[in-house]
Amino acid sequence: MRRLFTEIVYTLRGYLETFGSSMLFLLRILAACPYALKRPGLIIKQVYSTGVLSLVIIILSGFFVGLVLALQGHNTLSRFGAAETLGAVAALALVRELGPVVTALLFAGRAGTALASEIGLMRATDQLSGMEMMAVDPVKRVVAPRFLGAVIAMPLLAVIFSAMGIFGAWLEGVIIVGVDEGQFWAQMQAQVELHEDVMSGVYKSIVFGFAVALLSVFEGYNSIPTAEGVGRATTRTVVESSLAVLVLNFILTAWLIGEV
Amino acid sequence: MSSSMEQTESKAAKPDEFIMVIEDLWYSRGQKKIFQGLNINIRRGEVTAIMGPSGTGKTTLLRLMTGQILPDRGRILIGGEDVTKMSRRELYRLRKRIGMLFQNGALLTDLSVYDNVAFPLREHTNLPERLVRHIVLTKLHAVGLRGAWQMSPSELSGGMARRVALARAMVMDPDIIFYDEPFVGLDPISMGVVVRLIRKLNDALGLTSIVVSHDVEEVSSIADRTFLISDGRVVASGTPEDMEQNVSAVVQQFMSGMADGPVPFHYPAPDYDEQILKRNES
Repeated sequence: MRRLFTEIVYTLRGYLETFGSSMLFLLRILAACPYALKRPGLIIKQVYSTGVLSLVIIILSGFFVGLVLALQGHNTLSRFGAAETLGAVAALALVRELGPVVTALLFAGRAGTALASEIGLMRATDQLSGMEMMAVDPVKRVVAPRFLGAVIAMPLLAVIFSAMGIFGAWLEGVIIVGVDEGQFWAQMQAQVELHEDVMSGVYKSIVFGFAVALLSVFEGYNSIPTAEGVGRATTRTVVESSLAVLVLNFILTAWLIGEV
Repeated sequence: MSSSMEQTESKAAKPDEFIMVIEDLWYSRGQKKIFQGLNINIRRGEVTAIMGPSGTGKTTLLRLMTGQILPDRGRILIGGEDVTKMSRRELYRLRKRIGMLFQNGALLTDLSVYDNVAFPLREHTNLPERLVRHIVLTKLHAVGLRGAWQMSPSELSGGMARRVALARAMVMDPDIIFYDEPFVGLDPISMGVVVRLIRKLNDALGLTSIVVSHDVEEVSSIADRTFLISDGRVVASGTPEDMEQNVSAVVQQFMSGMADGPVPFHYPAPDYDEQILKRNES
């Protein structure tokens, strides 16, 4: 029992240490952002590699989530004679929850791991030490542009995911299942509020982007410079980012709705 | 004996004769003591070799010299400035006058050969691109790779990557260049090229070169002075000729490449028979 307690204390202390280190690292990144902003080419390159190169998986996932959402939604709503509200239900689910959350989880798996492994390999092959020896701070030159690129790319991908999801829901609900098209769009237009619904999704995706980007660059930068170390850092990136997204989603949802 | 020799040498020398002075350096990693009171004086304009068996901490010493890690105790002076007391900003200012060649070259894999060599210039100067191009091509020409300027690091052989890294290390016209095991993994032709380049560039550009290596023959052919490290201390120092004539058992073992001697072949282990029998019993 005592051993278990000690282990729990040590584990918690480990998490606290990691949290503290990541916060200090965040301060270093934020201090390095002006340098990165003076070199927009570096940020654009990262928006391309984290955002544009993630488009295929985001578009396909959004589309299929929309299809399933319409199928399930129509099936359930028909029981209550409310099938015409399918457009509103699908859009609300996508813009408020599924868009930001699923995009963030996919983003952590696709772009987060790429960031962590790339920076980890740069550490393992002495590229970061080489920069330091050339009097160039790797946090400014490597980490900050990647962090900013990911923070910019994530909300854009979430918007694309939601748009593709709505398209999928329309295709399934209106074209295949036969829900009235006018009702589909009219209900959506009437029920989805820009500030309350769309923007809450955008805020969430910005926060998720921030969390995933920070954890990815932090794990990569602090990885042990071996093949195993980089592998572990990549795995930790996915696990920590996914958990962070889900926990933050609960906190943000409670805060945005105003009910806890 | 060697430390008293260094002190005499230090007193006899003019103050600015040494570009780097390491005084009473102590460093440990966990329980293992890597350096125990290391003293080294490096003369300006010379090629200085730091040699020693594997695991003696040669690369660690290089990292200490360049302020990448901090010692437990002692001073490391470069041009009179103590590296161990410097802030990050001061270290970066100093490193603009230092070049370093890593074991694997450490070229930035997302940049071409040309952009790798131009990297320090673009980061630290506001030179127009025409002048950057001129300097980069001059440095690449000096290492014989002007024709490879468009290639990416992944297309280069080990020897070529090392030469590109050398061009990058000297692009800011540094005062000192550190070489970390520059001959490891090179074929005889590439090794010969790198050996000659180190000497030639040192003399032509008036640099001070510090070469960390365990390749006795290659290093002895270009070094003006050699320091042999073992057990955390300098066990011998002098010109390559002095080292050859040194009768110390450690020096003789290292210079002649004998498998066993003061530096044992076997890592400390329990009795062989006892360990084998125990395993069989279990």
